[in-house]
Amino acid sequence: MDINLTLIGQTIAMIVFVWFCMKFIWPPIMTAIEERQKQIAEGLAAAEKGEENLAKARAEADEIVADARQQATSILDQAHARANEIVAEGKSDGVKERERQLAAAKAEIEQETNKAREELRGQVSAIAIASAEKILKREIDDKAHEDILGKLAQEL
Amino acid sequence: MASEGGHGPQTSGEYIAHHLQNLQVCKSETGEWIWNHCAGNPMAINVDSMFWSVFLGLLFIWLFGRVAKKATSGVPGKTQIVVEMIVDFVDSSVKDTFHGKSRLIAPLGLTIFVWVFFMNLMDLVPVDWIPMLSMAIGIDYMKVVPTTDVNVTFGMSLAVFVLIIVYTTKYKGPLGLIKDLTLHPIAPPTKGLGLLAAPFVIAFNFILESVALLAKPVSLSLRLFGNMFAGELIFILIALLGIWQLPLHFGWAVFHVLIVTLQAFIFMMLTIVYLSLASETH
Repeated sequence: MDINLTLIGQTIAMIVFVWFCMKFIWPPIMTAIEERQKQIAEGLAAAEKGEENLAKARAEADEIVADARQQATSILDQAHARANEIVAEGKSDGVKERERQLAAAKAEIEQETNKAREELRGQVSAIAIASAEKILKREIDDKAHEDILGKLAQEL
Repeated sequence: MASEGGHGPQTSGEYIAHHLQNLQVCKSETGEWIWNHCAGNPMAINVDSMFWSVFLGLLFIWLFGRVAKKATSGVPGKTQIVVEMIVDFVDSSVKDTFHGKSRLIAPLGLTIFVWVFFMNLMDLVPVDWIPMLSMAIGIDYMKVVPTTDVNVTFGMSLAVFVLIIVYTTKYKGPLGLIKDLTLHPIAPPTKGLGLLAAPFVIAFNFILESVALLAKPVSLSLRLFGNMFAGELIFILIALLGIWQLPLHFGWAVFHVLIVTLQAFIFMMLTIVYLSLASETH
């Protein structure tokens, strides 16, 4: 417990340690800390900027997708409309064609009918004339059968 | 435990006295080096205190120097992180208190904090281990906690005291130092009849301020010494209790961890406060 030379020894030791610490320990550690602080601050700023950019890019992408979607919808609508149009056109064309063909067929049929009728009329007249000739050859009495023959020719 | 040592049965008093005895060396009147019979000799040196304090100081230098040498601003190692935490803690304490610019104060605070902490920490080494080991190799006395030696704490506060004077002179000039000591706390009258009273006022101020100035290193060192000495003494007393020392020792050691850290911090903080007071103009 006495005060002795240890006091001075301790003071000297302390001065040496403090000097050493001041010269060789404090500055490099402090430099490292401050440098890292700077780096971290820069890193955080960069991260923030990156996040901002990402948000911007994402908004842009969203916009593009929305645009594309809208375009797709309009194209689809147009396609639908066009398809309907084509179908309607086809339908009306079909109807017209059918009517045309139907009319043509009807006309042909009538023609054929008329032709057959004329032929038939000719033949019947010939037969009538032949039978009349035969009747006439047997009983030449033109005057007696004139009214019958006339009636026949009228009826044919 | 009470019968420890190679000198046969020991009384509790002897055991305690043995533990509180420094390993001393001094020169006798005939010029010979003598060991351990130096009571009252002002030229004696407490070899154990010096050894352990320098050893622990070198430990601090080695540990922190190693980190400082390899200090990287990239991803730090674990040791570097611990060291940086301590450095940053000291740095922020200094920045909070000391507003001037000084390259010395922060490293001074760091050295004091870590060194005193290491010296205090020796208190947690069981009180008999190192003394018994040293006795086995023929050294009779070994006090392992340097801060329980008043010389050690006074040595440090002496350096702080010198720094207080230096800082006051540096920031306020020699005249400022004298003014600090004489013109506070009572301003001496400067005119009229009161001028007669001025010398007395100045003398009164001087006595008051001198005491205040001297009290700084004394209180600084005695606070640390008292805390650590009392803690060590209680460890020694607990060691006398036989088997019951185990729970008690544990409890006291846990409590002591707090004291160890706190005292190191207080020593550092007060040093910074004193120096910032010295460098601040009123």
